[in-house]
Amino acid sequence: MPIKSYLAHPQEGKKEALMEALSKIDHCDVIPAENKELLIVVTDTESKTDDEKVKESIEAIKYLKLLALVSGFNTPKNN
Amino acid sequence: MQNSLTNRRNFIKKMAAAAAMTAAATMFPGIIFASEQEANLPKGGNLDWKKGPCRFCGVGCGILVGVDQGKAVAVKGDPNSSVNKGLLCVKGYHQIMCTQAKDRLTHALVKKNGKYVQTPINEALDIVANKMKETIEKHGKDSVAMYTSGQSTIPEGYVASKLMKGAIGTNNLDCNARLCMASAVAGFLTSFGADEPMGCYDDIDHADYFITWGNNMAEMHPVLFSRMLEQKNRRGAKIIDFATRTTRSSTASNKSILFEPQTDLAVANAICYEIINNGWVNKSFVENHVNFNKGLTNMGYGLEDKFKFKDKPTKIDFEAYKKFLEDYTPEKVAKYSKVSVKDIKYLAAIYGDPNKKVVSYWCMGMNQHTRGTWMNNLVYNIHLLTGKISQPGNGPFSLTGQPSACGTAREVGTFTHKLPKGVVMNEKHRRLAAKIWKVPYERIPSKPTYHATEMFRAVDRGDIKFIWTQVTNPLVSLPKTGRYRPAMEKESCFVVVSDVFPTPTSDVADVILPASWHIEKSGLYGNSERRTQHWDKMVEGPGETTPDAWMTIEIAKRMGYGDLFPYSEENHVEEIYNEYRQFHEGAKHGMAPLEVLKKESGAIWPYVNGKSTQWRFNAKYDPACSNDKDFHFYGKPDGKAVIWQRPYEPAPEVPDAEYPFWLNTGRVIEHWHTGSMTRRIPVLHKAMPEAYVEFHPDDANSLGIRNGEKIKVSSRRGSCVLPASINQRGLPTKGQVFVPFFDENMLINDVTLDAFCPISKEPDYKKCAVKVEKA
Repeated sequence: MPIKSYLAHPQEGKKEALMEALSKIDHCDVIPAENKELLIVVTDTESKTDDEKVKESIEAIKYLKLLALVSGFNTPKNN
Repeated sequence: MQNSLTNRRNFIKKMAAAAAMTAAATMFPGIIFASEQEANLPKGGNLDWKKGPCRFCGVGCGILVGVDQGKAVAVKGDPNSSVNKGLLCVKGYHQIMCTQAKDRLTHALVKKNGKYVQTPINEALDIVANKMKETIEKHGKDSVAMYTSGQSTIPEGYVASKLMKGAIGTNNLDCNARLCMASAVAGFLTSFGADEPMGCYDDIDHADYFITWGNNMAEMHPVLFSRMLEQKNRRGAKIIDFATRTTRSSTASNKSILFEPQTDLAVANAICYEIINNGWVNKSFVENHVNFNKGLTNMGYGLEDKFKFKDKPTKIDFEAYKKFLEDYTPEKVAKYSKVSVKDIKYLAAIYGDPNKKVVSYWCMGMNQHTRGTWMNNLVYNIHLLTGKISQPGNGPFSLTGQPSACGTAREVGTFTHKLPKGVVMNEKHRRLAAKIWKVPYERIPSKPTYHATEMFRAVDRGDIKFIWTQVTNPLVSLPKTGRYRPAMEKESCFVVVSDVFPTPTSDVADVILPASWHIEKSGLYGNSERRTQHWDKMVEGPGETTPDAWMTIEIAKRMGYGDLFPYSEENHVEEIYNEYRQFHEGAKHGMAPLEVLKKESGAIWPYVNGKSTQWRFNAKYDPACSNDKDFHFYGKPDGKAVIWQRPYEPAPEVPDAEYPFWLNTGRVIEHWHTGSMTRRIPVLHKAMPEAYVEFHPDDANSLGIRNGEKIKVSSRRGSCVLPASINQRGLPTKGQVFVPFFDENMLINDVTLDAFCPISKEPDYKKCAVKVEKA
């Protein structure tokens, strides 16, 4: 049951659009920086497969310039 | 059960988010995640937001602490503070979390038969007072000492000074600001006759160029750096990073120029040579407002105990100064500084352009230098030659590392030679102190005794038999701790440590006094731009924790000086500040009334006729100017600043065949100084759990060293084992290694050298010779 956090850098001027797109993805929380072109994305999924699917969905967003993994935690299934 | 598992999962999610925020903060200083802050607030809570300054660095950001049912639950930047305008760095944002540390010192501990025994605070204070009194009776007043801090509040520093100098009658008081700011003080006093920067942070909004001399503001002063980046992006202001190591500041700057350690002295002189050679001198400014002096050279490095040095200034003229600079042509200096002729000329052209406004910023790189006072003088020379000083966007500006290095250490004067106004050597200043303190004038000794390094040498020699440290952790922060740790363990000296958390210093204490943390007491700090900030106590501290000022007062009373300390426990901060303000009355250093400080997010002194003075010495802004000219450097008797002839001299220890690397030490954004607070903040500790030794990749390659491999760094004094770091946080130049000093489990100061600037007595943590080998 992976929990991961990323820094998501939007394409120029597309911070709001990226935020909107990310908000539509399940298992994905978004925290926007108030004063910089940057978003924090936290994903919380049931399995490694789901985790990979969520990551693929994020990376497919056209407003995303760069997605950088910061931390990853893997908790036991019954958690 | 399900609930606890959900909580655990939520906690892990919060940790993941916090880790990302920390990473973001290292890349974008000053970044704010307001929605996350709000999401973490208790639901339905009725938060009371209380204002104060941040606990950490000398920038002095305004914070608002959210208090809910007596507990501090949130921190945000104070939007009304002109310092940070609502921004905070990652340390500031998480600061209150350290108070939840499980190993918090909550009660006094007294060592009995080799073991610490929890003791009622009043009993522990009796023991300390009796021991101090008994030591004085047996060995004289100069056998006891206090070592305080640039993190002490103004009232804490004031009562320490009054106890030691006014009540007991010894100058055995020094503080850890000696390790970080003393060269800046000596630089200001020798060049201008008055301490602290003439400008303010609003310079950032006006400057065309920011030249940073040997400092990494992106990590050490992130909020100010963020303000500089904003000006870079908004109106094309340029940042030039001049340093010995490539850092996050270098990569965010317009240009990075690297120099060989210690040769900043020569490059600064080369800039002055170019300014004169190209006719860029502001002649009318120099004629009207500047004198030229030279001092003694080959001063030594303070490596021996009881080292003494006194400079002898001699007046010279402009022609003699010009002649002196002929040894510093860009071509000559380029050969040993490793700065190209082109880059030296580039820097000189920036300062020399009359149409460009320039601010020079520096911090530890210039101050922690065996020629730190000279280095400060040399940067002032550049600004004085070009007249780029004391105007919005033009000026030299020394940054401080501690929240009240200016307000307490420098203004209250918790150095051995200082008084709240002036110095112990000056009869007029001693008479003023004696009058306000209501003590006989003769009681205040006229000779300084021990500066920080010499104080701990005196402990080692057995000359000091009682020492009380407050708000500082010298056994991690002093240079050459390999000598001073065993010194503090000797039975010849009784050691009292006041602190919030256990540290390697409290580990050697005979008595540990539990101190209140920042927001658990009222206080005042003074930041780098002469801004005094007040805060009221926001929450109760745990157990028998007590404000440092009140512990000092209690000791004074127990020693029989109660009549000199007639303060009340409830209002002592206010009563002490009002007494202290008397020292600085007048247009040159007037302090704002407490009522103003309670209402506003700080005020800059001189505070005259209800107004802060943002630019000193400039008649347009500073009401203390009285010479009917545009500028008045009133710290000097003739109203003129001094350009000093100061040569390049090498460092006391340079790499050789046996110890072939320079060692440079410093800080990282996640941790504040010795880490006693930030290493107890889980987010910050997790982001940077341990120290490391940074290599240039070429050096790592030639030694076959890989990332993470354990490396032993050794000098002639000691050694330290750390994991290697290659191409990660910073990039030292070839032939140099860098180690941060925050980690008490990897004491790099066992390796450093206790050489210091003979004028300021500030040690040099940036240069000594080491060898490296796989551990």
